[in-house]
Amino acid sequence: MFWNKEMETLKGDALESLQLKRLKWTIRQAENIPFYKKMLNESGVDADGIRKISDIQKLPFTRKTDLRTGYPFGFFAVPKKQVVRIHTTSGTTGKPTVVGYTRKDLDNWSELIARNMTMTGLTDEDTFQNAVNYGLFTGGLGFHYGAEKIGMTVVPSGTGNTKRQIEMINDFGVTALHATPSYAMHLAEVAESMGTDLPTLKTGLFGAEPWSDNMRKALEERLGVRAFDSYGMSEMYGPGAAFECEERNGLHFWHDSYIVEIIDPKTGEVLEPGNKGELVVTPIVKEAMPLLRYRTGDITMILEDECPCGRGAKIARLTGRSDDMLVIRGINVFPSQIEDVLKSIPEVGDQFMVYVDRVNHLDEMKIEVEIKKEFFSGELRDLERIQRKIQEQLKAILQVRTEIALVEPESLPRFEGKAKRVVDKRGDKF
Amino acid sequence: MTENSDSCKYVIRQISVFSENKPGRLSAIAKGLEEADVNIYAFSIAESKGFGVVRLIVDKSTAALKKLADIGFMVSYTDVIGIKMEDRPGGLYETASILGDAGINIEYAYAYSGRNGAVLIIRVDDVTSAVKKLLAAGKELIKAEECL
Repeated sequence: MFWNKEMETLKGDALESLQLKRLKWTIRQAENIPFYKKMLNESGVDADGIRKISDIQKLPFTRKTDLRTGYPFGFFAVPKKQVVRIHTTSGTTGKPTVVGYTRKDLDNWSELIARNMTMTGLTDEDTFQNAVNYGLFTGGLGFHYGAEKIGMTVVPSGTGNTKRQIEMINDFGVTALHATPSYAMHLAEVAESMGTDLPTLKTGLFGAEPWSDNMRKALEERLGVRAFDSYGMSEMYGPGAAFECEERNGLHFWHDSYIVEIIDPKTGEVLEPGNKGELVVTPIVKEAMPLLRYRTGDITMILEDECPCGRGAKIARLTGRSDDMLVIRGINVFPSQIEDVLKSIPEVGDQFMVYVDRVNHLDEMKIEVEIKKEFFSGELRDLERIQRKIQEQLKAILQVRTEIALVEPESLPRFEGKAKRVVDKRGDKF
Repeated sequence: MTENSDSCKYVIRQISVFSENKPGRLSAIAKGLEEADVNIYAFSIAESKGFGVVRLIVDKSTAALKKLADIGFMVSYTDVIGIKMEDRPGGLYETASILGDAGINIEYAYAYSGRNGAVLIIRVDDVTSAVKKLLAAGKELIKAEECL
């Protein structure tokens, strides 16, 4: 099923000429941003110098750390008056990355979500429970407006209160669920303990964190759904930039809205389809916050085979990161953010270790820190106060609950050369 | 003046040691103290999430503190009071009620039965007035130097 068959199946010259037109427009739009004006000046490229799509390679990359320099609104290409919504996502340090949307941006975004959901077979007959975080996280409102655009009956349940979520699925006859895969596993387990097999549910849309094919099998069996993978990030509006079709063998990128490249993360060299590398995305319809050749840090490849569904080129499901970003319960966490917070707390020593594991299908993050000797008063409650303070300040920045372990001085590993402070024990565990 | 010197005389230096809650830590502390020829009169462990504070009353507190710091422990002194108690029913009540009536809060306490009778070690918010009230009520306190 198609939401917008013409755009979804646009290929060849017709697609290239649309992409070219939109890329030139995006470069001009980006010139409203001082960062890009300078970058374009220095690299000697402007919109007129782009004659074919591969000319995009003349443009420098944009990195996530660049966005930090513009906090909060430095990357907006339109007057703030035209920005009708703001979301934030993790930054690489204490300050989040701010993304803005014009009214047109919100329309574009919900159009893409509508395409994705229609592609999985959902229609205005369906009842859709959106069990992800509403608010600054893009997953909530993004899917919400896309589902409403289709005309689905939307249950904006958000996260938490799992028993109530299950009652709503059964009482409202919910047919489609959107959640992080780990929360969906948790929901399946609670449903089993409540003795229900969620008979109305048939479609599961899962994203915001990487999940394996084994997890897909488990989710499909336990929830009785067909599971579809969702990809996106706030910098490209949010989720829904790429999505699985009925074939469920790779994710279709929406090529009328994004130009996709795969590069060697070390050299920056552009790789041919079929080669794994870092995904670089240039959104070409974004008004409020255009980005040029944005390095996502996600590792994937462009698939060579044409899809029987008739849509454009797909990317493989994500297999990892080119940087050290962690995804904890669907939220992106950069070790540099953790370091930033810890360094700002005088009682905490210089060394730290982060341990990530999955317990009962949910991600747990434990951070070990040393307390500086001069801050040891001998009182237990002072230590507890420090422990709480670290936990609260991390929560405020990361939006993720962490367990803080105070360890004895000089017991943490000291690194010579590149520190390996993160131990991720999740592997294929779910 | 007398009050101050009194409270000084009766303030015992407890050694507080930060310890992770894992096997072998108490043994490492005890081994260190043995090597420094320090005798432990009393100790207690207060535990929290994943860590604890080991509290010790010893015969040579300076030597003990130095040794524990040298072998890598995070240590500090804490001022406590040692009260001699009657080793009979009601002994604790007598002591606790003196402090309770005076509005002095006991933050923590532990007891040991030494060669010369039972001793209650207490950590209070106001050491000076606690010493004063206890002496006034006729309680016998452990002197800092003797500590037995």
